[in-house]
Amino acid sequence: MTALPPTTDRKLGLVIDLDTCVGCHACVVACKGWNTENYGAPLSDQDAYGGAPSGTFLNRVHSYEVRPTTGTAKLVHFPKSCLHCDDAPCVTVCPTGASYKRSADGIVLVNEDACIGCGLCAWACPYGAREMDADAGVMKKCTLCVDRIYNENLPEVDREPACVRTCPAGARHFGDFADPDSNVSRLTEERGGFDLMPELGTKPVNKYLPPRERDRSEDIDILAPYLEPVTEDANGFLGWLERTLSKLPGGR
Amino acid sequence: MHPARSVIIFTTLSGLGFGLLVWLGLGMPSPKGLVAFVFFTIAYLLAAGGLVASTFHLGHPERALRAFTQWRTSWLSREAVISVATLLVMAAYGAGLVFWDTRIVWLGWLGAALSLATVLATSMIYAQLKTVPRWNHWTTPALFLALSVAGGALLAGQLRFALPLLAVAGGVQVVAWMTGDKRFRGRGTSVATATGLGGMGDIRAFEPPHTGTNYLMREMVHVIGRKHASRLRMLSLLLGYGLPIALMMLPFNHWLALLAVIAHITGVFASRWLFFAEAEHVVGLYYGRK
Repeated sequence: MTALPPTTDRKLGLVIDLDTCVGCHACVVACKGWNTENYGAPLSDQDAYGGAPSGTFLNRVHSYEVRPTTGTAKLVHFPKSCLHCDDAPCVTVCPTGASYKRSADGIVLVNEDACIGCGLCAWACPYGAREMDADAGVMKKCTLCVDRIYNENLPEVDREPACVRTCPAGARHFGDFADPDSNVSRLTEERGGFDLMPELGTKPVNKYLPPRERDRSEDIDILAPYLEPVTEDANGFLGWLERTLSKLPGGR
Repeated sequence: MHPARSVIIFTTLSGLGFGLLVWLGLGMPSPKGLVAFVFFTIAYLLAAGGLVASTFHLGHPERALRAFTQWRTSWLSREAVISVATLLVMAAYGAGLVFWDTRIVWLGWLGAALSLATVLATSMIYAQLKTVPRWNHWTTPALFLALSVAGGALLAGQLRFALPLLAVAGGVQVVAWMTGDKRFRGRGTSVATATGLGGMGDIRAFEPPHTGTNYLMREMVHVIGRKHASRLRMLSLLLGYGLPIALMMLPFNHWLALLAVIAHITGVFASRWLFFAEAEHVVGLYYGRK
């Protein structure tokens, strides 16, 4: 049924730390690898080795340049996958009941056997979290690696989403937001975790942590003063050349 | 948004077909025998033909029956349910007219109301999407309903209704375009809220996640169709509304009426193309465009 559960017992989701993400795309590769071989239809590629490659991904990393009013520009790497929204618009628009949000843990899933591939859920999602697989003709999305996190055949350390398990920078964290003492709740609290496009009322479960202020110290580089240019004025031959060139038409 | 041919054909033709069913249901005209058969055949070819065309864009059309189950929450499912109910009710009503020369008035009224509800459900599939500010507004159902009823009146030969209704539809069309152009900005969704980094400074999409394209960009960040937008708008206004109104003011002639219908349908196709091509989805913000 595509009605959303009024509440969920647990709220499983991710915290993504924009301060520590180095933009290596390891999460993208780990996600593609795990989810191609496991839950549901594989994530297909089209023209993978040709001139116009394209494929299905459940997690993608954008990079943004942020230019503050003072100081240098910053590069922020921005991984984006399904946010498992509490008020998920993708679920309620589904005409077949293929899309659903689990009342036990809040994970938003697609029953691929019931999906007619109409694409309306992808239109309803503001975050671009759902992609129609061109080969299978069904909608694919992040499952929060539902086939890892409860999988007792895996060592306990591996029972977290593939993207979190693989992240070499520790920029991704998995946990239960319904528990105020969980790692993800505490991180969100301490670091000021925020929602993406909160004005659209989707109430995302996943939170993003803002980049920290860069360290700034005035006296860290004691040699810098000695590297200042000695003079701005040219004299001698260069001075003559500068004056002569300035006199030519178009000179300053 | 990507202007998928099947969806443009579907919404245009089925809108007209259900519009014609509205007038037939109201008994304007109230044909009998063979004439009724022709009228209902045209209406069903348009309405049902459009519905069939809409299944062409599905990944799994063989599972389309499942789309009748989620009417409690989904406008797309409601559209499926109501449209089939309409076609069944109007088939019974039409059979009465064609085979028994009998007009069951209440059945006709019920069919007319269901026809309007079908068009409303179709329009709400688009109007409900907060992710596409241009559509997320009362002008979307207003335009779909006005076009359906006006075009239906034109097909039904109800010229004294078709003329003012077309003028109203043209007015709604202009309001939809003018207000729609400003709505994305007005909603306040920007790359700053999309990334949550707005407090830090100006944000520019520096590097996309991949070198090629993807489903999201093909489907929702489709900007090519907007190239001739202002010319298409003029064309749509002239053909879809202006020319049919002018032709209807001339002394009645079947050929002129046919010309008015063809001009109207062409104009509505242009309008519906723009409806999709000009619609900006918020996910485009992540890719540095609208």
